[in-house]
Amino acid sequence: MAIVDMAAREIASAVRNRELSATEVVEAHLSEISAHDREVAAFLLVLADEARHRARSIDEAIARGEEVGPLAGVPIAVKDNMTLRGVETTCASRILAGWRPPYTATVVQRVESAGAIVIGKTNLDEFAMGSSTENSGFFPTRNPIDLSRVPGGSSGGSAAAVAARFTPLALGSDTGGSIRQPASLCGVVGAKPTYGLVSRYGLIAFASSLDQIGPFARSVEDAAALLSVIASRDPMDSTSLGVGFDASGIAEGVQGMRIGVVEEMLEGVSSGVASVLDSAIAALEAAGAAIERVSVPAARYGLSAYYLIAPAEASSNLARFDGVRYGLRVEGEDITETYLRTRERGFGAEVKRRIMLGTYALSAGYYDALYGKAQQVRTLIARDFAAAYEHFDALISPTSPTVAFRFGERSDPLSMYMSDVCTIPSNLAGHPGMSVPFGPAENGMPAGVQVLAPALREGVMFRVAMALEAAASEAAVPEWAKAAGSGGAA
Amino acid sequence: MSSDQISRDETLHIAHLARLAITDEEADLYSRQLSAVLAHARDIGALDIAGVEPTMHAVSMRNVMREDVVADSLDREEVLASAPSSEAGMFLVPRIMGEE
Amino acid sequence: MSLEDKYLITVGLEVHCELRTATKLFCGCANVFGSPPNTNICPVCLGLPGALPVLNRRAVEYAIAIGLALNCDVRRSVFARKNYFYPDMPKDFQISQYDEPICVEGYLELPVAGKRVGIVRAHIEEDTGKTTHVGSSGRIQGADFSLVDYNRSGIPLVEIVSAPDMESAEEAREYVSELRAILVATGATDGKMEEGSLRVDANVSVHRKGTEELGTRCEIKNLNSLRSLGRAIQYEARRQMEIVEEGGRVRQQTRHWNEDQGVTSSLRSKEEANDYRYFPEPDLVPLEPSSEMVELVRAELPVLPPARRAALSDLAGGKPNRSELEQIGTCIGLDLDGFVSSAAEAGLPFKLALSRAANELAALVGAGEALSPEAFVGVLKAEDSGRLSATQAKAVMAWLAETGGAVEEAISALGFVGLSDDEVGSLVDRVTAEHPNEWGRYMAGENQLAGFFIGAAMKASGGKVNGRVFSALLAGKRESAQS
Ligand SMILES: [Zn+2]
Repeated sequence: MAIVDMAAREIASAVRNRELSATEVVEAHLSEISAHDREVAAFLLVLADEARHRARSIDEAIARGEEVGPLAGVPIAVKDNMTLRGVETTCASRILAGWRPPYTATVVQRVESAGAIVIGKTNLDEFAMGSSTENSGFFPTRNPIDLSRVPGGSSGGSAAAVAARFTPLALGSDTGGSIRQPASLCGVVGAKPTYGLVSRYGLIAFASSLDQIGPFARSVEDAAALLSVIASRDPMDSTSLGVGFDASGIAEGVQGMRIGVVEEMLEGVSSGVASVLDSAIAALEAAGAAIERVSVPAARYGLSAYYLIAPAEASSNLARFDGVRYGLRVEGEDITETYLRTRERGFGAEVKRRIMLGTYALSAGYYDALYGKAQQVRTLIARDFAAAYEHFDALISPTSPTVAFRFGERSDPLSMYMSDVCTIPSNLAGHPGMSVPFGPAENGMPAGVQVLAPALREGVMFRVAMALEAAASEAAVPEWAKAAGSGGAA
Repeated sequence: MSSDQISRDETLHIAHLARLAITDEEADLYSRQLSAVLAHARDIGALDIAGVEPTMHAVSMRNVMREDVVADSLDREEVLASAPSSEAGMFLVPRIMGEE
Repeated sequence: MSLEDKYLITVGLEVHCELRTATKLFCGCANVFGSPPNTNICPVCLGLPGALPVLNRRAVEYAIAIGLALNCDVRRSVFARKNYFYPDMPKDFQISQYDEPICVEGYLELPVAGKRVGIVRAHIEEDTGKTTHVGSSGRIQGADFSLVDYNRSGIPLVEIVSAPDMESAEEAREYVSELRAILVATGATDGKMEEGSLRVDANVSVHRKGTEELGTRCEIKNLNSLRSLGRAIQYEARRQMEIVEEGGRVRQQTRHWNEDQGVTSSLRSKEEANDYRYFPEPDLVPLEPSSEMVELVRAELPVLPPARRAALSDLAGGKPNRSELEQIGTCIGLDLDGFVSSAAEAGLPFKLALSRAANELAALVGAGEALSPEAFVGVLKAEDSGRLSATQAKAVMAWLAETGGAVEEAISALGFVGLSDDEVGSLVDRVTAEHPNEWGRYMAGENQLAGFFIGAAMKASGGKVNGRVFSALLAGKRESAQS
């Protein structure tokens, strides 16, 4: 098997057992990147030298017989909204171009101390605002399965990098579906943990009360392994829950489980995606689960609440990009003009639109009717989920109503916002959710099934995901990987 | 709920609050787009949910505090290296009009 | 009738108090004054993308202590973001408590004015950095550029908002000095107005006596001493009275006090309606001090100025007059009330002890010098017994403060060693013999001639004679001559 087709856990064990060197692993992935990232454009920055250097020191540590972490030698791509000291971090925004943070995000520290090797920073919709990665301030990322289509977003670069076999693992962030939706569109596994399970320290905030970092992988077990590394208490994050994630037991199956299909998430779903969900239901029933439809009525209002709360928080989080301390400055006559010009030039259209929307939602006279009411809707959604979980261990739905769309196909903001209709409610409730590939649907494109679980019940969520994975058809791979067959043998 | 349509003047005011320079054409575009999103959000405006507690975020923790112990500060030169302009160990900014 | 007689002044004060924690409110950077610029900074207090705040427990304890000292309810609170753009604010929002502050509904007694001022709220918030305006005039307007230092960014503050219960500059001054004494006593702050540890904004309005309608208020900033506060309120009230008198309307404004020119002036060039877009800070969780936490803080509170004042008032016989109240206030403000009570316990007259503590001792302490309570009591004993005149007692206190040592040492070093009673007796004999004429008249009942003899004795002894002892012996000599 080619190194680039190996699972993260296989790589880690081969490296630890000295069947493979970390250097070989890194070289194999770097050469895949240099061969194909020109077309995919998953990376904003490839850290080739740094990765080679890290690989060497891991190989040396192993040669000395030192203990290396559970992800020793495994490449990982990091969405470019997480800081790594001294390495340019941009959030795919021109306003931050050239910024080298003087500190490293907690989550990046954790994967590095587990032995993983950061191989590059991936593209995203600017400040994670978007569902297609078309809003990157630099260039769009293409879907490796069909280069004429978007990879989804906002973590499109991370999803595409994993699907393209540039890396077995990647980190993304999910505010309204930004891990799950691109995972679905690119045919990989992506999980958004319970809010507070993974530290946000060093994650450049979009909407602080919704943002959560999570793993991308090509298998459910790999995603679980990465989550168990990054889930932990962080004294630097006041919303850190202080618990970890134990991945043991996720292969126990779904025999006897009660799983609900969320009715509100079936509206407007394409026929291909609907039939993917039907076969997923059949597979879970065959595996011994009892499946029933369930209503989560307030989920219907998720999109509306989200498009008030997230922009409101974003309008405040993004105020600091003002040309004073770091990043772009467009000099004006005085400080106010400098603010106006810097932000005018530095932010893209979608970011400005959301800042405007959020500023409006918080402004005097509208707060109660807009932001305040949206916060009340969050309570309703959490309540309705809680009611559903009295009868069900987990819930499922399509991850995205459609497969990956073509570039430019959704120019109207509102229709783009609809991409997240199934994923948003769990961010509002703070619950975990993940997408497992179960395609193909229309045009042979991948489609994922979303698994939802109550707060901190990631174990249950991963069990359902593993059962789905076991029954899923062969994963979609890029054209060049089919052609290469077993190229780049280990 | 507020009226569906956001006027151009209101849009310009919001843009200034957010310190975004926008042209008149952009003001028109944004006022259309914001109005459309807010019109969609009107479904929650119609909900009768008086008395429902708002959720700030999903975490129900209270009293998260750290001890009053000094930690390392950053190296000033590393920080100022990222600054658009600096002088005498400080960030240099264009003149501030008497505005707060 | 003067303008001031026709109008009522209403003053409410907002006092920002820097807390004396080791670290900043939301990060581990050191909370110190006077470091080189931008040396106490980190991702959090520099507002770097991705950084998150974590609340300092000590700051919360100080805020609770302040609340308890001001008779407030301490309750559940929530941090909010106050959004506005300014270069000294690295996130372009300030984390503060808005509609749910930690302390509400307290009060503070003004003993001299004899009134109670309401405390509306006291809340926790972070300080901003410091901007230095560089350019032609050195003032905000017309500066060519500014330099920003974020060392102060994120220093913990408690903002204490009074009700508009004060009616004069004097009351406002008394409020601030009483508040300062309480804050310093809790240990929450060093109270140094000149270093910005205590910053006062005053809301001032006026309305014509006999009318119900309250005037429009203006907020005055940059009041960094009690003197500025008093002058600025007087100036501003007068300015508003003149506007109303001329039929104008006072505009609600934020005004800047210029100490050199003695005037307030409008701070904003263009009036932009403030819209701070407050919303709950999602990066922090609510603060719900448990009753255990509150009681622990309460247990550690020292005896506070109001209780100390009550103790001194008891020594005064329960009902101090106005000047005594002021002297008591001075003593408590400078932590000198222990001196007064030590003196009273030693049986010395309260009025003497209070006066020496509030005047001479206060001046010495103000100049950075110190005196032990024992030395203070010793000097007062010497003065009370007549060994030292008032002037001599003051000189002895100054000598002791500067040099240290025992009271007796000071008295002899300063040459205040008095003559023995025998020596004074011979002096009486000598001067009466030298002035037989005056002695005769004195014998005949011209009591005022005692002064003449004291003067003569002073001259003869080189000032060493104690007047009271001399007078007593002089009177005794006449008595025995007549009997
Ligand atoms: Zn700091």
